[in-house]
Order: sequence, then structure tokens, then C-alpha cells
Amino acid sequence: MSKIWKLDNDIDTDIILPTEYLAFETVEQMKPYAFSPLRPELAGKIQPGDMIVAGNNFGCGSSREQAPEVVKALGISCIVAKSFARIFFRNAINNGLLLIEQPDLYDEVSEGDEAEVIPGKEIKVNGKSYPIASLPENLTEILEAGGLVKAMRKRNGLD
Amino acid sequence: MGHTLIEKIIGNKVGHEVKPGDIVTVDVDWCMIDDIMVPFAVQKFEEMGFDKVANPDSVVLIYDHFLPATQVDDSRHFRAGDEFADKYGIKRVHRTDGICHQLMTEAGYVKPGDIAFGTDSHTVTYGCVGAFSTGIGYTEMAGILGTGQLWIKVPETIRVEIDGTLPGNVTSKDVILRIIGDLTASGATYQALEFGGSTVDAMSVASRMTMSNMSVEAGAKCGVFVPDEKTCDYCRIPYDDSVKALQPDGDATYTKVMRYRAEDFVPVCACPSLVDNIKPVSEIKGTKVNQVFLGSCTNGRLEDLRTAAAYMKGKHVAPFVKMIVTPASRKIYREALADGTLEILSDAGAIITTPGCGLCCGRGGGILSDDEVVVATNNRNFLGRMGTSKVQIYLASPATAAATAVAGYITEA
Repeated sequence: MSKIWKLDNDIDTDIILPTEYLAFETVEQMKPYAFSPLRPELAGKIQPGDMIVAGNNFGCGSSREQAPEVVKALGISCIVAKSFARIFFRNAINNGLLLIEQPDLYDEVSEGDEAEVIPGKEIKVNGKSYPIASLPENLTEILEAGGLVKAMRKRNGLD
Repeated sequence: MGHTLIEKIIGNKVGHEVKPGDIVTVDVDWCMIDDIMVPFAVQKFEEMGFDKVANPDSVVLIYDHFLPATQVDDSRHFRAGDEFADKYGIKRVHRTDGICHQLMTEAGYVKPGDIAFGTDSHTVTYGCVGAFSTGIGYTEMAGILGTGQLWIKVPETIRVEIDGTLPGNVTSKDVILRIIGDLTASGATYQALEFGGSTVDAMSVASRMTMSNMSVEAGAKCGVFVPDEKTCDYCRIPYDDSVKALQPDGDATYTKVMRYRAEDFVPVCACPSLVDNIKPVSEIKGTKVNQVFLGSCTNGRLEDLRTAAAYMKGKHVAPFVKMIVTPASRKIYREALADGTLEILSDAGAIITTPGCGLCCGRGGGILSDDEVVVATNNRNFLGRMGTSKVQIYLASPATAAATAVAGYITEA
């Protein structure tokens, strides 16, 4: 089961990680500042395995890949939103972070609810089941390899 | 069945017809990596196990966000870029020439029909010359560096038609802000915007750049213009049959067509803190400001500086306002110096800074603090973008910015 952290529509990448923290050398250093313009306390509360549920256009804005990297580093198991911005979507998959588009979940759950995610099939929350679609094949391959770096290492005969 | 402009551009590159939803692998003409992302792209490239860059002449490194450095760690990024360029034979490195999205067309790289990817979301700017360009992350960039290729999904297209003559105090910035307001910040997600109509035909390439640049603020994958004679003059190439072929078919399929009369546009602002929170300047007139920023890859071009100078000649910035002017490139800086534009702005009390991303991304001089109000010509008014999360950012045209700087409160030119 995953605890739900609920965020709004149009959560942009400057909120996920402000520009002033992008130049840190490691994602570990960036972690405390995730979501700081909106909810400075949030990064400290997220536990590994938790999930984020959001509205439309999650990850809009810049192409900073630190945004999905820092979310993954916090231990978020997946993000379920009504829709995602396209660069964030590609960046998340390339880092092995699962994103799920689901139109109804956001309107029907509360922060703190517990959910069970069965990829490619459904999300179960509060005794109700929400259907989810599978990703296209080429993206599933990247996700299953553990991200694009690992997929490329395999291509280059290294792993 | 007919094709939209973006379907033509991608189809030409892959050598067969494409339709929206097709997943195709393309050879990449241009890779742009900016200073923020250089060390990360290099790290991923090495982790992937590549030992050479597939096409070093397609790679352009540009230092702009951190220039001149404002934090002690910033120069690490320049060193990482220099070392990478040296090791892999990358010759196109711009260390002090200006903003990446200005340079990629200004320096003669991206041409009509090209495919370009960059590690910054405003890579969409090159749609102004009829190229397909969009932003990606540094891991995908590392993959392109190694393979020379990237997979893309052919987008659907929204057609935006604007006909007629714009009012004198309205610029292409007001036009694209209105369109984003109508589409919303996610209204064009995964889709291409294709601009056309007599108003667009009459625009300079610089004005078109502003619109391509901001198409990502509606979620678009790209924002493209049909290349014409003006485009070819700008790109210093002949207006030949290969360029003329880059236009949509009459029976192309669009997800929707938005039509506007140019005469209906008015000066607008994107109000705090969403790019689609668009209001006519007349509705928020009188809002007191602390600072005005004229610059960025959206509106730091010569015509933008000239628009401001034309309004400000013989006037002065209000005493409690700081106006910061940042030309988008060295070339623009020198042109504005030569024709007296910078002198007028300086006489009016503006602070002229070195070309670069500067204040737009919250890194350069002019950072704001709680409850301060800024009118800015850049492209994002996100929470915390130009200082603390309690700064109020209003996005506006260069004309509105100039008038506001003089008045000390938001007003139209």
C-alpha cells in the first residue's frame, strides 16, 4: 500500500525543484528542496513507497530532469495525474519513474488515503477500483530496463 | 490525405509520409546543450558507455544561464562543457555570446526543415524558421550524443489563424499570451501549434520567435511557422523549392482551428502566478511595480529594445522603479549600441546588463523578495521564478514594460 500525497493542477518544474538548487552536484543535496515554493515541509515527510496524486498538467514548465530525479530520489513509487506535461513525462520514464494517467482518482481521494497500484491494470483506493492503461511498448522497455541509461548500457553491450 | 506543416517536416526527414501518433526514429540535425545541463548530460553520456559522439558537428554548447557566474559552483559547469568539447571534438561552443535560443538561429545553425533538440524547454523557439525543435532532458540528450538519433511521436496539430492589422500598442507577445489564455497552460499538450494568416505573414522573424518560444507555455511540443522569404533572408539561404515545399496542404487535418481578427487584440498581462491567467492591461492598470525586466529569449531582441526606446525617449523610469534591460545576444547588444537604442534606455535610467538568461530564471542580477511586483517580458511567472515565492510576476510585452517603467504602475503604451 502507498500513502497518497495530493497536489493540485499545473504543478510546474520550478515548484518541483527551483532553479537555484539545480546546480547541486548530487540529487541527494537537492532532496530537501523538492516542492519548497509550494510546500516546504513536504520533502521531509515523504516516505519511500509513497505516491503523488495530482490534477492536470503535472510537470509543466522547464526541461530540468532534476525534477523527476528528485521525486524518484524521495522514494515516490509513482505519480498518478489527470495529465502530464510532455517533457516531464519522457524524463520520468527515462529515469524509471512510473507515471500513470487516470481521469477520476484525483477528484475522489484525499491526502493520506492508502492506495494499491497494479501497473497496467488498476489502482485500488477506499474499496474502489480505478482502471489504468498500459504504456506503449517502447516506453515499457525503457521503464523495465530501469531507465534510459541502463537501456543504453545494454545496447552498448555493457550490462 | 493532406499533411500539416509538422507532418511535412518530419515526413521529409524520415523519407516517408507520417501521421499523428506514429512513433518514428529521426536523425537529429542539431543538439543544443546549455550550461545548466552540461555536467549532467556528460555524466549520463559516460554512464551509458559511449566512447564517441556520433556527430560532433551537430552539437552546440552554449553558456548563458550562469553567465557571468553568480555562485561559486557555477564555473564547474563551464569547465565540464570545455572538457567535454575538447575530448570529443565539439567545435561549436558559445561561451559569452548570448542566450542559447537566440544563437541557434542567429549564428546560422538551425534552418527551415531541420530537426533540433535542446536541454531547455524553450528549444521550441526554432519553430520560427519552420524547423521542428523541442526540449528534452539530459538523459535523452546523452542518448542522442551517442547515437545521433531520437524516437518521437508525430504530434497532432492545432492551427492558429490570425488575419488583419494589429493595433499600434499590441505586439506578438500580446498575441501569444492571449492564445495561451484561450488554450490554457495544458491545452496544446503533446500537440504542435501551427501559426498562419495575414497578420503572421506580416510579422518579422523576431516577432514570430516570441510566439514559437512561448508555445510550450500552452504545453505544445512545438510552435511552427511556414518559412517564407523573410525567413530565408534571416537564415541566409535561398528561398528555393525545398523551402517552398514546407507548407501545410489545404486538406490537412487539425484537432482544431482557432481564428482571430488582429484588430481585436489588446495589450495583456499573464498575472501571478500562472501563464494562462491572462487579463487586459486596462483591467489591472494602476498596480504599482518595483521592477521592470526587458529581455530573455522571448523578448530580448533588437526590435523589442527599439520598441521600448521609442516609448522611453526623453522620458525617465519612475524614481522607485528599477528597470533592467538584457539584450538576448552580443550581436543584438552591439546593434542596439550602434543605433543609439541603448543610449536612450540608459538615459532613461535603465540598467543595461550583459547578454544572457539573467533574471528570467532567477539566477542573474535583480532577484526580488517578498511582496515585490515585477513586470517582465520573459515567458514564465511561476511561483519563485524570479526570487521568493511571494514575488508577484506579471508577463507583458516590451511596449507595456516600457510604459510601466515610466509610470511606476502597470499601464499600456
